[in-house]
Amino acid sequence: MKIIYYINQFFGNIGGEEAANQPPVIKEGAVGPAGGLENMLEGKGEVVATIICGDSYFAENQSEAKDKILKEISKYKADIFVAGPAFNAGRYGIACGSICQAVQEKLKIPALTAMYPENPGVDPYRKEVYILKTGDSAASMRKALPKMAEFIPRLLSDEEIGFPEEEGYIPQGRRVNIFSDKSGAVRAVDMLMKKMKGEEFDTELPMPVFTHVEPVPGIILDEATIAVITTGGIVPWGNPDSLKASNADRFLIYNIEDIDDLKEGEYQTVHGGYDPVYANEDPDRILPLDVLKELESEKVFNKLYNEYFVTVGNTTAVSNARKFGEDIAERLLNDGVDGVILTST
Amino acid sequence: MVKYIEKAGIPAVHICAITNISETVGANRIVPAVAIPHPTGNPELSKEEEYILRKNLIKKALEALETDINGQTLFKGVRV
Repeated sequence: MKIIYYINQFFGNIGGEEAANQPPVIKEGAVGPAGGLENMLEGKGEVVATIICGDSYFAENQSEAKDKILKEISKYKADIFVAGPAFNAGRYGIACGSICQAVQEKLKIPALTAMYPENPGVDPYRKEVYILKTGDSAASMRKALPKMAEFIPRLLSDEEIGFPEEEGYIPQGRRVNIFSDKSGAVRAVDMLMKKMKGEEFDTELPMPVFTHVEPVPGIILDEATIAVITTGGIVPWGNPDSLKASNADRFLIYNIEDIDDLKEGEYQTVHGGYDPVYANEDPDRILPLDVLKELESEKVFNKLYNEYFVTVGNTTAVSNARKFGEDIAERLLNDGVDGVILTST
Repeated sequence: MVKYIEKAGIPAVHICAITNISETVGANRIVPAVAIPHPTGNPELSKEEEYILRKNLIKKALEALETDINGQTLFKGVRV
């Protein structure tokens, strides 16, 4: 089988950080770790060319780099494309994932890379590209290359690739239906019985672990500025800023200085995860602006912050929610907000 | 979001219907809402009664903000 191999400027022996802006060059045969991999294949495969590209060059010129590389590779009629291993090097990992994805898509040949599970190159590409797990530094090169050498012929054969735990690649987030000899109900009760008896059991779905934060002391309401936020997707009629109905990638901010009430036909919900009828009839049922304005005028608290923040809580990624929280908090801290009311649907 | 706003030093109260999700994720101040599609409303009530209910809910939320707490606390007591 013919292999094309991608490595960065360091593994290509061009240089370290000072050579990170190296544009892609293609060399005949195997360079650096590609040579090691080729040896391990014991004649079953040949690295016909190695692409060496600077990590910063790739990061800063992704489309040009990909175009150049794809053009060079297509001259070779390779069977498979291999990149890395990138270990925990972030730019390198992103480059490996990105070029593998592009090769698979444009040249229709399988691609394989390898990196440490926390490498930033994992998340964006693991669904489409097989990424073998490695240690966090080049010290584990001796373990990484044999894994890659072993996996390559399997990728090219008709054999089914098994589950990540067995095969050593990073989970791709796929759900695969398998048959079991026991129904889900029986398996669940068996698990519960073990749990109640204090016996060990294997969960079929690991639950995420959430951290807790120290509660902040209570505030003095009559001096306080309060801000209101909702994840219920309340936006001005027509959704002028195109807030998405699910998988929110941002939050929006709207001024409420001069309104006392959210009215039917002026505001609406765009949240795709609950029945919108009641919210659209009266958006105060989600973002309680009317009573907040009244409580402000009654001086129950000092001031209502002049803007509200909105996102859609429907299948929002926890990492995004965290980012929204942090970004909103920064703005509120700058503007002297003392307390927040957040409504969710 | 509530958790990370609180982490930055601003007390935040979460009004939501499924309070145990909020508890699991880690909000410290939680007020049970009326229902998922209308957390601060109740379409079964008259407009006037609904307004009073909403005001009571927000007053409870404000009470949560002014209360010192030791850990996660549910602020119940508003008749929805």
